Amino acid sequence: MKIYGVALLCACFLAGKSIGHLLGELLGIPGDIGGVGFAMLLLMGISAYLRKRGRFSAESETGITFWSAMYIPIIVAMAATLNVKAAFSGGWTALLAGAAATLAGFLLVPVLTRLGAKGDSHDNPEH
Amino acid sequence: MDWLDPVIGKNGLILAFLVVGLILLFSYAVSHFLGRGRIPGAALAIIMGLALAFTGSEKGIADHPLFAGMAVLGGSMFRDFSVVATAMGANLETIRKTGRAGFLSLLIGVCISFIVGVLVAWALGYTDAVSLTTIGAGACTYIVGPVTGSAIGATSEVIAISVAAGVVKTLVTTIGTPLIARRIGLTSPHAAMVFGGLIGTTSGVVAGLAATDAKLVPYGAMTATFYTGLGCLLCPSIFYVLLRIFIPA
Repeated sequence: MKIYGVALLCACFLAGKSIGHLLGELLGIPGDIGGVGFAMLLLMGISAYLRKRGRFSAESETGITFWSAMYIPIIVAMAATLNVKAAFSGGWTALLAGAAATLAGFLLVPVLTRLGAKGDSHDNPEH
Repeated sequence: MDWLDPVIGKNGLILAFLVVGLILLFSYAVSHFLGRGRIPGAALAIIMGLALAFTGSEKGIADHPLFAGMAVLGGSMFRDFSVVATAMGANLETIRKTGRAGFLSLLIGVCISFIVGVLVAWALGYTDAVSLTTIGAGACTYIVGPVTGSAIGATSEVIAISVAAGVVKTLVTTIGTPLIARRIGLTSPHAAMVFGGLIGTTSGVVAGLAATDAKLVPYGAMTATFYTGLGCLLCPSIFYVLLRIFIPA
């Protein structure tokens, strides 16, 4: 049944968010540290395990794929509810600081991608 | 038209689904019409969303009571939920392999954003460590800025600037990613994880990757989700202390 997939997704989501908030609490930071990431790892691990044991039907899986197909519409709704005016009310400092930081990140993508790829292909025998 | 009010008021979320459906329908039609899909429909839809956000202020289009449901649909609950669901299409092995590069990109991403933010603020005339740290933190994400600013006692004006800097980052990422993706080699899951760690604004990373190549979304989201937490950890503590050494308060 589809609801089994949705329920599994909800369980992983809530468990991941709990781990994220717990981690924040332990480090003394308000909020959620990596909750979405933990939830994704849980969902991948549990669904792979269930599929291997034949306990996860294709029908259940559609309960999850529906929500994964909904993220573009949800992102559009998110874009429509951003405080876009604030971006321009912060003046030049905000515009320049935000844009320059983003550009710096963009430019570092090829550098770090290469670094990581090299380390992986050698399988790091020295460690 | 009084009879219509309760229909909208009680069914805001449903209306939001309809509105977003219409935006996507329109965007994909335009994308098909202009250049036969060369401009991704998802990218057009996101830009249309941003344009609609201009009609309101703090909550964008959701500031209008008619569209209040958009804030629920576009809020962090549904966003995070649907992003987690995309993990079904991700490969656990790829993520394990990229783990170290992802972690490295997170650390470097937070440091670089902070340094760039501080330098810009310095160049534009801010000289006290508290304001510089807060604006630098805002250049990480629009959550790191106010968290840091209130922790170290920045003025509300500076905190507002830090939030604005973070929002600018989200917007530039959303619009810029599909334009620059090929040139910076953002074509593999591996590069997407590095990208998520370097940029860090979850909403910008997810929206930008969605407009570039939907398959990359889970990988970018995976690392980006740790960025804000790491920023909140480093900015008001180590970074602030280090900056105080150079600039006595």
